[in-house]
Amino acid sequence: MNIKILGPGCAKCKKAEEMVRATLAEAGSDATVEKVTDMMEIARAGVMSTPAVVVDGKVKSVGKIPGKAEILAWIGK
Amino acid sequence: MEHTENLENSAQAAQPGRARAFFSAAAKAAALLVLWYAVYARLKPAADFATSGLLGLSLERRLGSAVAFFLFEAPKVLMLLLLVVFGVGIVRTYFTPERTRKMLAGRRETAGNVLAACLGIVTPFCSCSAVPLFMGFVQAGVPLGVTFSFLIAAPMINEVAVVLLFGMFGWKVAALYTTTGLVIAILAGWVIGRLKLEGWVEGWVYEVQAAALDAEPGRTAFSERIEAGKSAVREIVGKVWPYVLAGIAVGAGIHGYVPQGLMASFMGRDAWWSVPLAVILGVPLYSNAAGIIPVVHALLEKGAALGTVLAFMMAVIGLSLPETVILRKVLTMKLIAVFVGVVSVGILIVGYIFNAVF
Repeated sequence: MNIKILGPGCAKCKKAEEMVRATLAEAGSDATVEKVTDMMEIARAGVMSTPAVVVDGKVKSVGKIPGKAEILAWIGK
Repeated sequence: MEHTENLENSAQAAQPGRARAFFSAAAKAAALLVLWYAVYARLKPAADFATSGLLGLSLERRLGSAVAFFLFEAPKVLMLLLLVVFGVGIVRTYFTPERTRKMLAGRRETAGNVLAACLGIVTPFCSCSAVPLFMGFVQAGVPLGVTFSFLIAAPMINEVAVVLLFGMFGWKVAALYTTTGLVIAILAGWVIGRLKLEGWVEGWVYEVQAAALDAEPGRTAFSERIEAGKSAVREIVGKVWPYVLAGIAVGAGIHGYVPQGLMASFMGRDAWWSVPLAVILGVPLYSNAAGIIPVVHALLEKGAALGTVLAFMMAVIGLSLPETVILRKVLTMKLIAVFVGVVSVGILIVGYIFNAVF
Protein backbone atom coordinates (compact mmCIF):
# COMPACT_ATOMS: atom_id res chain seq x y z
CA MET A 1 0.00 0.00 0.00
CA ASN A 2 1.27 3.42 -0.91
CA ILE A 3 0.11 6.64 0.69
CA LYS A 4 0.97 10.02 -0.73
CA ILE A 5 0.54 13.29 1.09
CA LEU A 6 0.16 16.14 -1.36
CA GLY A 7 1.06 19.60 -0.15
CA PRO A 8 3.58 22.33 -0.93
CA GLY A 9 4.72 22.60 2.67
CA CYS A 10 2.27 24.71 4.58
CA ALA A 11 1.78 24.08 8.27
CA LYS A 12 -1.35 22.01 7.71
CA CYS A 13 0.45 19.77 5.21
CA LYS A 14 3.16 18.94 7.71
CA LYS A 15 0.57 18.11 10.32
CA ALA A 16 -1.25 15.86 7.85
CA GLU A 17 1.95 13.95 7.19
CA GLU A 18 2.69 13.59 10.90
CA MET A 19 -0.84 12.38 11.51
CA VAL A 20 -0.65 9.74 8.79
CA ARG A 21 2.77 8.51 9.88
CA ALA A 22 1.81 8.37 13.54
CA THR A 23 -1.41 6.50 12.83
CA LEU A 24 0.33 4.00 10.56
CA ALA A 25 3.01 3.34 13.14
CA GLU A 26 0.41 2.85 15.82
CA ALA A 27 -1.59 0.44 13.70
CA GLY A 28 1.56 -1.41 12.71
CA SER A 29 0.91 -0.88 9.02
CA ASP A 30 3.67 -1.39 6.49
CA ALA A 31 2.26 1.11 3.99
CA THR A 32 4.83 3.41 2.45
CA VAL A 33 4.37 7.13 2.94
CA GLU A 34 5.51 9.69 0.41
CA LYS A 35 5.38 13.46 0.60
CA VAL A 36 4.67 15.20 -2.70
CA THR A 37 5.55 18.88 -2.88
CA ASP A 38 5.79 19.30 -6.64
CA MET A 39 3.00 21.60 -7.82
CA MET A 40 2.76 19.88 -11.19
CA GLU A 41 2.20 16.52 -9.61
CA ILE A 42 -0.32 17.93 -7.14
CA ALA A 43 -2.25 19.56 -9.97
CA ARG A 44 -2.06 16.39 -12.03
CA ALA A 45 -3.85 14.50 -9.28
CA GLY A 46 -6.75 16.90 -9.77
CA VAL A 47 -6.35 18.26 -6.28
CA MET A 48 -7.20 21.92 -5.66
CA SER A 49 -6.81 22.30 -1.95
CA THR A 50 -3.98 20.95 0.09
CA PRO A 51 -3.14 18.91 2.08
CA ALA A 52 -4.58 16.00 0.15
CA VAL A 53 -4.07 12.31 0.78
CA VAL A 54 -3.82 9.78 -2.04
CA VAL A 55 -4.04 6.08 -1.18
CA ASP A 56 -2.95 3.71 -3.94
CA GLY A 57 -3.61 6.31 -6.59
CA LYS A 58 -7.04 7.32 -5.24
CA VAL A 59 -7.64 10.75 -3.74
CA LYS A 60 -9.15 10.14 -0.31
CA SER A 61 -9.19 13.53 1.35
CA VAL A 62 -8.60 17.12 0.32
CA GLY A 63 -8.04 20.39 2.12
CA LYS A 64 -7.87 19.07 5.66
CA ILE A 65 -5.86 17.10 8.14
CA PRO A 66 -7.39 13.63 8.12
CA GLY A 67 -8.60 12.15 11.38
CA LYS A 68 -7.25 8.98 12.88
CA ALA A 69 -10.43 6.97 12.24
CA GLU A 70 -10.40 8.07 8.61
CA ILE A 71 -6.81 6.98 8.09
CA LEU A 72 -7.47 3.63 9.73
CA ALA A 73 -10.46 3.11 7.44
CA TRP A 74 -8.29 3.76 4.36
CA ILE A 75 -5.77 1.15 5.33
CA GLY A 76 -8.53 -1.29 6.25
CA LYS A 77 -7.82 -1.60 9.94
CA MET B 1 -12.25 -1.15 12.94
CA GLU B 2 -15.70 -1.02 11.39
CA HIS B 3 -15.39 2.49 10.26
CA THR B 4 -16.41 1.86 6.67
CA GLU B 5 -19.53 0.06 7.84
CA ASN B 6 -20.26 2.90 10.15
CA LEU B 7 -20.13 5.35 7.31
CA GLU B 8 -22.63 3.34 5.29
CA ASN B 9 -24.94 2.89 8.23
CA SER B 10 -24.90 6.53 9.05
CA ALA B 11 -25.80 7.34 5.47
CA GLN B 12 -28.92 5.19 5.75
CA ALA B 13 -29.93 6.28 9.21
CA ALA B 14 -29.08 9.80 8.20
CA GLN B 15 -32.38 11.64 8.33
CA PRO B 16 -33.68 11.36 11.95
CA GLY B 17 -30.16 11.22 13.39
CA ARG B 18 -29.10 14.28 11.48
CA ALA B 19 -32.14 16.24 12.53
CA ARG B 20 -31.64 15.36 16.19
CA ALA B 21 -27.97 16.21 16.06
CA PHE B 22 -28.84 19.46 14.36
CA PHE B 23 -31.37 20.52 17.00
CA SER B 24 -29.21 19.63 19.96
CA ALA B 25 -26.34 21.50 18.36
CA ALA B 26 -28.63 24.48 17.71
CA ALA B 27 -29.80 24.55 21.34
CA LYS B 28 -26.23 24.41 22.57
CA ALA B 29 -25.24 27.13 20.13
CA ALA B 30 -28.08 29.39 21.32
CA ALA B 31 -27.07 28.96 24.97
CA LEU B 32 -23.44 29.70 24.19
CA LEU B 33 -24.44 32.75 22.16
CA VAL B 34 -26.41 34.20 25.07
CA LEU B 35 -23.46 33.62 27.39
CA TRP B 36 -21.12 35.13 24.82
CA TYR B 37 -23.24 38.23 24.51
CA ALA B 38 -23.63 38.60 28.29
CA VAL B 39 -19.85 38.79 28.61
CA TYR B 40 -19.38 40.89 25.47
CA ALA B 41 -21.83 43.57 26.59
CA ARG B 42 -19.94 44.08 29.87
CA LEU B 43 -16.45 44.46 28.46
CA LYS B 44 -16.40 48.25 28.38
CA PRO B 45 -17.46 48.88 32.00
CA ALA B 46 -15.20 46.03 33.10
CA ALA B 47 -12.20 47.55 31.32
CA ASP B 48 -12.87 50.98 32.79
CA PHE B 49 -13.31 49.48 36.25
CA ALA B 50 -10.09 47.47 35.97
CA THR B 51 -8.20 50.58 34.90
CA SER B 52 -9.49 53.08 37.41
CA GLY B 53 -10.70 50.83 40.22
CA LEU B 54 -8.09 48.09 40.31
CA LEU B 55 -5.04 49.79 38.82
CA GLY B 56 -5.88 53.23 40.13
CA LEU B 57 -5.19 55.00 36.83
CA SER B 58 -7.16 58.02 35.73
CA LEU B 59 -9.07 57.50 32.49
CA GLU B 60 -8.40 61.14 31.64
CA ARG B 61 -4.62 60.68 31.70
CA ARG B 62 -2.50 59.24 28.93
CA LEU B 63 -1.47 55.99 30.59
CA GLY B 64 -4.96 55.37 31.90
CA SER B 65 -6.62 55.93 28.55
CA ALA B 66 -4.08 53.67 26.79
CA VAL B 67 -4.58 50.89 29.36
CA ALA B 68 -8.37 51.15 29.26
CA PHE B 69 -8.23 51.07 25.46
CA PHE B 70 -6.20 47.88 25.51
CA LEU B 71 -8.28 46.18 28.19
CA PHE B 72 -11.45 46.88 26.24
CA GLU B 73 -10.32 46.30 22.65
CA ALA B 74 -8.25 43.16 23.14
CA PRO B 75 -10.95 40.92 24.65
CA LYS B 76 -13.58 42.48 22.41
CA VAL B 77 -11.73 41.70 19.20
CA LEU B 78 -10.73 38.24 20.39
CA MET B 79 -14.33 37.41 21.31
CA LEU B 80 -15.59 38.61 17.95
CA LEU B 81 -12.91 36.57 16.23
CA LEU B 82 -13.88 33.41 18.13
CA LEU B 83 -17.51 33.79 17.16
CA VAL B 84 -17.03 34.69 13.52
CA VAL B 85 -14.16 32.32 12.74
CA PHE B 86 -16.22 29.48 14.17
CA GLY B 87 -19.25 30.46 12.09
CA VAL B 88 -17.24 30.94 8.92
CA GLY B 89 -15.48 27.62 9.54
CA ILE B 90 -18.87 25.91 9.42
CA VAL B 91 -20.07 27.87 6.39
CA ARG B 92 -16.90 26.94 4.51
CA THR B 93 -17.67 23.25 4.74
CA TYR B 94 -20.51 23.93 2.30
CA PHE B 95 -18.22 25.61 -0.22
CA THR B 96 -15.37 23.37 -1.25
CA PRO B 97 -13.06 24.52 -4.06
CA GLU B 98 -14.37 21.60 -6.11
CA ARG B 99 -17.95 22.79 -5.79
CA THR B 100 -16.96 26.37 -6.52
CA ARG B 101 -15.16 25.27 -9.65
CA LYS B 102 -18.21 23.39 -10.83
CA MET B 103 -20.30 26.52 -10.33
CA LEU B 104 -17.86 28.65 -12.28
CA ALA B 105 -16.97 26.35 -15.15
CA GLY B 106 -18.50 27.51 -18.40
CA ARG B 107 -19.86 30.74 -16.91
CA ARG B 108 -19.95 33.74 -19.16
CA GLU B 109 -17.55 36.44 -18.17
CA THR B 110 -19.38 39.32 -16.53
CA ALA B 111 -21.75 37.21 -14.43
CA GLY B 112 -18.88 34.81 -13.82
CA ASN B 113 -16.71 37.60 -12.40
CA VAL B 114 -19.41 38.59 -9.93
CA LEU B 115 -20.05 35.02 -8.85
CA ALA B 116 -16.33 34.24 -8.59
CA ALA B 117 -15.66 37.25 -6.38
CA CYS B 118 -18.54 36.32 -4.06
CA LEU B 119 -17.48 32.69 -3.89
CA GLY B 120 -13.96 33.90 -3.14
CA ILE B 121 -15.23 35.12 0.22
CA VAL B 122 -16.74 31.84 1.37
CA THR B 123 -14.56 29.22 -0.29
CA PRO B 124 -11.73 28.03 1.91
CA PHE B 125 -8.53 29.36 0.44
CA CYS B 126 -4.93 29.32 1.52
CA SER B 127 -2.36 31.10 -0.59
CA CYS B 128 -0.19 27.98 -0.32
CA SER B 129 -2.62 26.10 -2.54
CA ALA B 130 -3.14 28.98 -4.97
CA VAL B 131 -1.27 27.10 -7.72
CA PRO B 132 -3.25 23.84 -7.77
CA LEU B 133 -6.41 25.89 -7.41
CA PHE B 134 -5.49 28.12 -10.34
CA MET B 135 -4.73 25.10 -12.49
CA GLY B 136 -7.87 23.30 -11.44
CA PHE B 137 -9.97 26.31 -12.40
CA VAL B 138 -8.29 27.00 -15.73
CA GLN B 139 -8.37 23.38 -16.80
CA ALA B 140 -12.05 23.05 -15.98
CA GLY B 141 -12.70 25.89 -18.41
CA VAL B 142 -13.16 28.73 -15.94
CA PRO B 143 -12.15 31.85 -17.92
CA LEU B 144 -8.87 33.47 -16.86
CA GLY B 145 -10.51 36.74 -15.81
CA VAL B 146 -13.09 34.91 -13.71
CA THR B 147 -10.31 32.92 -12.04
CA PHE B 148 -8.58 36.19 -11.19
CA SER B 149 -11.75 37.64 -9.68
CA PHE B 150 -11.70 34.66 -7.33
CA LEU B 151 -7.99 34.95 -6.58
CA ILE B 152 -8.30 38.65 -5.76
CA ALA B 153 -11.38 38.40 -3.55
CA ALA B 154 -10.29 35.30 -1.62
CA PRO B 155 -7.40 36.77 0.35
CA MET B 156 -8.62 40.38 0.44
CA ILE B 157 -12.02 39.78 1.97
CA ASN B 158 -11.41 37.35 4.78
CA GLU B 159 -13.23 36.89 8.03
CA VAL B 160 -10.35 38.14 10.16
CA ALA B 161 -10.18 41.45 8.28
CA VAL B 162 -13.93 41.96 8.35
CA VAL B 163 -14.20 41.12 12.06
CA LEU B 164 -11.42 43.51 12.98
CA LEU B 165 -12.92 46.27 10.88
CA PHE B 166 -16.31 45.67 12.43
CA GLY B 167 -14.93 45.52 15.94
CA MET B 168 -12.77 48.63 15.69
CA PHE B 169 -14.56 50.85 13.16
CA GLY B 170 -18.16 49.70 13.20
CA TRP B 171 -20.30 48.00 10.62
CA LYS B 172 -20.18 50.83 8.09
CA VAL B 173 -16.46 50.61 7.47
CA ALA B 174 -16.61 46.80 7.48
CA ALA B 175 -19.39 46.91 4.87
CA LEU B 176 -17.52 49.51 2.80
CA TYR B 177 -14.36 47.44 2.83
CA THR B 178 -16.23 44.28 1.82
CA THR B 179 -18.19 46.00 -0.95
CA THR B 180 -15.28 47.89 -2.45
CA GLY B 181 -13.10 44.78 -2.17
CA LEU B 182 -15.72 42.86 -4.14
CA VAL B 183 -15.98 45.61 -6.74
CA ILE B 184 -12.21 45.64 -7.20
CA ALA B 185 -12.12 41.85 -7.56
CA ILE B 186 -14.95 41.89 -10.10
CA LEU B 187 -13.62 44.78 -12.18
CA ALA B 188 -9.95 43.75 -12.09
CA GLY B 189 -10.89 40.21 -13.14
CA TRP B 190 -13.13 41.58 -15.85
CA VAL B 191 -10.36 43.85 -17.19
CA ILE B 192 -7.85 40.98 -17.19
CA GLY B 193 -10.41 38.88 -19.06
CA ARG B 194 -10.89 41.65 -21.68
CA LEU B 195 -7.14 41.89 -22.23
CA LYS B 196 -7.11 38.26 -23.43
CA LEU B 197 -3.93 37.28 -21.68
CA GLU B 198 -4.38 33.51 -21.81
CA GLY B 199 -1.09 33.33 -23.72
CA TRP B 200 0.74 34.80 -20.74
CA VAL B 201 -0.06 31.86 -18.54
CA GLU B 202 2.89 29.46 -18.28
CA GLY B 203 2.58 26.85 -21.03
CA TRP B 204 2.71 23.79 -18.80
CA VAL B 205 -0.57 24.74 -17.15
CA TYR B 206 -2.46 23.72 -20.27
CA GLU B 207 -0.25 20.70 -20.95
CA VAL B 208 -0.69 18.92 -17.65
CA GLN B 209 -3.56 16.51 -17.90
CA ALA B 210 -5.20 16.58 -14.54
CA ALA B 211 -7.16 13.63 -13.32
CA ALA B 212 -10.84 14.45 -13.11
CA LEU B 213 -11.82 14.60 -9.49
CA ASP B 214 -15.43 15.43 -9.17
CA ALA B 215 -16.41 12.59 -6.91
CA GLU B 216 -16.89 14.43 -3.68
CA PRO B 217 -15.69 12.23 -0.89
CA GLY B 218 -18.92 11.36 0.86
CA ARG B 219 -21.55 13.38 2.66
CA THR B 220 -20.48 15.58 5.48
CA ALA B 221 -22.25 15.00 8.77
CA PHE B 222 -23.28 18.04 10.76
CA SER B 223 -20.99 17.05 13.62
CA GLU B 224 -18.10 17.16 11.16
CA ARG B 225 -19.03 20.70 10.19
CA ILE B 226 -18.98 21.70 13.85
CA GLU B 227 -15.57 20.07 14.15
CA ALA B 228 -14.45 22.09 11.13
CA GLY B 229 -15.62 25.26 12.89
CA LYS B 230 -13.68 24.32 16.00
CA SER B 231 -10.56 23.48 14.08
CA ALA B 232 -10.84 26.80 12.21
CA VAL B 233 -10.88 28.54 15.59
CA ARG B 234 -7.86 26.60 16.81
CA GLU B 235 -6.00 27.23 13.63
CA ILE B 236 -6.85 30.84 12.82
CA VAL B 237 -7.40 32.36 16.25
CA GLY B 238 -4.50 30.28 17.54
CA LYS B 239 -2.30 31.88 14.90
CA VAL B 240 -3.44 35.49 14.91
CA TRP B 241 -3.99 36.25 18.60
CA PRO B 242 -0.43 37.44 19.26
CA TYR B 243 -0.70 39.80 16.28
CA VAL B 244 -4.03 41.07 17.51
CA LEU B 245 -2.62 41.76 20.97
CA ALA B 246 0.55 43.37 19.60
CA GLY B 247 -1.47 45.44 17.15
CA ILE B 248 -3.88 46.61 19.84
CA ALA B 249 -0.99 47.39 22.18
CA VAL B 250 0.57 49.63 19.52
CA GLY B 251 -2.86 51.08 18.87
CA ALA B 252 -3.31 51.73 22.58
CA GLY B 253 0.03 53.53 22.70
CA ILE B 254 -0.95 55.75 19.79
CA HIS B 255 -4.38 56.26 21.33
CA GLY B 256 -2.91 57.48 24.58
CA TYR B 257 0.23 59.30 23.51
CA VAL B 258 0.12 60.57 19.92
CA PRO B 259 -1.41 64.04 19.73
CA GLN B 260 -4.71 64.47 17.93
CA GLY B 261 -4.38 65.46 14.30
CA LEU B 262 -0.74 64.43 13.89
CA MET B 263 -1.54 62.13 11.00
CA ALA B 264 -3.73 64.70 9.29
CA SER B 265 -0.77 66.50 7.73
CA PHE B 266 0.63 63.53 5.84
CA MET B 267 -2.17 60.99 5.76
CA GLY B 268 -5.02 63.47 5.61
CA ARG B 269 -7.38 63.97 2.72
CA ASP B 270 -5.68 67.12 1.50
CA ALA B 271 -2.46 65.31 0.72
CA TRP B 272 -3.27 63.95 -2.76
CA TRP B 273 -0.09 61.88 -2.92
CA SER B 274 -0.92 60.00 0.24
CA VAL B 275 -3.13 57.43 -1.54
CA PRO B 276 -0.53 56.26 -4.08
CA LEU B 277 2.08 56.34 -1.34
CA ALA B 278 -0.12 54.15 0.85
CA VAL B 279 -0.49 51.63 -1.97
CA ILE B 280 3.21 51.63 -2.84
CA LEU B 281 4.09 51.08 0.81
CA GLY B 282 1.35 48.52 1.26
CA VAL B 283 2.04 46.13 -1.61
CA PRO B 284 5.43 44.82 -0.49
CA LEU B 285 4.41 44.98 3.16
CA TYR B 286 2.92 41.72 4.13
CA SER B 287 0.94 41.29 7.25
CA ASN B 288 -2.21 39.54 8.12
CA ALA B 289 -5.25 41.65 8.76
CA ALA B 290 -4.94 41.00 12.48
CA GLY B 291 -1.65 42.83 12.79
CA ILE B 292 -2.40 45.79 10.56
CA ILE B 293 -5.94 46.82 11.43
CA PRO B 294 -5.45 47.87 15.07
CA VAL B 295 -2.57 50.10 13.95
CA VAL B 296 -4.68 51.49 11.15
CA HIS B 297 -7.42 52.17 13.66
CA ALA B 298 -5.10 54.36 15.66
CA LEU B 299 -3.92 56.21 12.52
CA LEU B 300 -7.49 56.96 11.57
CA GLU B 301 -8.29 58.19 15.02
CA LYS B 302 -5.46 60.70 14.83
CA GLY B 303 -6.64 62.30 11.63
CA ALA B 304 -5.59 60.09 8.73
CA ALA B 305 -8.16 60.04 5.91
CA LEU B 306 -10.42 57.01 5.55
CA GLY B 307 -9.68 56.48 1.84
CA THR B 308 -5.93 56.55 2.40
CA VAL B 309 -6.18 54.12 5.28
CA LEU B 310 -8.51 51.82 3.35
CA ALA B 311 -6.15 51.81 0.37
CA PHE B 312 -3.22 50.99 2.61
CA MET B 313 -5.09 48.13 4.23
CA MET B 314 -6.26 46.65 0.94
CA ALA B 315 -2.76 46.82 -0.51
CA VAL B 316 -1.27 45.10 2.53
CA ILE B 317 -3.90 42.38 2.83
CA GLY B 318 -5.01 41.89 -0.75
CA LEU B 319 -1.73 42.00 -2.64
CA SER B 320 0.81 39.93 -0.89
CA LEU B 321 4.33 39.27 -2.03
CA PRO B 322 4.33 35.61 -0.96
CA GLU B 323 1.22 34.92 -3.00
CA THR B 324 2.58 36.54 -6.14
CA VAL B 325 5.82 34.59 -5.72
CA ILE B 326 3.80 31.37 -5.52
CA LEU B 327 1.73 32.35 -8.55
CA ARG B 328 4.90 32.91 -10.56
CA LYS B 329 4.90 29.12 -11.08
CA VAL B 330 1.82 29.40 -13.28
CA LEU B 331 1.93 33.00 -14.53
CA THR B 332 4.57 34.76 -16.56
CA MET B 333 6.15 37.89 -15.09
CA LYS B 334 4.17 39.99 -17.58
CA LEU B 335 0.89 38.59 -16.35
CA ILE B 336 1.88 39.07 -12.71
CA ALA B 337 2.73 42.68 -13.49
CA VAL B 338 -0.67 43.20 -15.12
CA PHE B 339 -2.39 41.53 -12.16
CA VAL B 340 -0.62 43.66 -9.54
CA GLY B 341 -1.02 46.76 -11.72
CA VAL B 342 -4.76 46.36 -12.31
CA VAL B 343 -5.49 45.62 -8.67
CA SER B 344 -3.34 48.54 -7.51
CA VAL B 345 -5.18 50.91 -9.81
CA GLY B 346 -8.46 49.61 -8.41
CA ILE B 347 -7.27 50.25 -4.87
CA LEU B 348 -6.09 53.74 -5.83
CA ILE B 349 -9.49 54.60 -7.23
CA VAL B 350 -11.21 53.34 -4.09
CA GLY B 351 -8.87 55.43 -1.94
CA TYR B 352 -9.53 58.61 -3.91
CA ILE B 353 -13.29 58.05 -3.98
CA PHE B 354 -13.45 57.62 -0.22
CA ASN B 355 -11.29 60.64 0.44
CA ALA B 356 -13.53 62.69 -1.80
CA VAL B 357 -16.81 61.46 -0.33
CA PHE B 358 -16.04 61.28 3.39
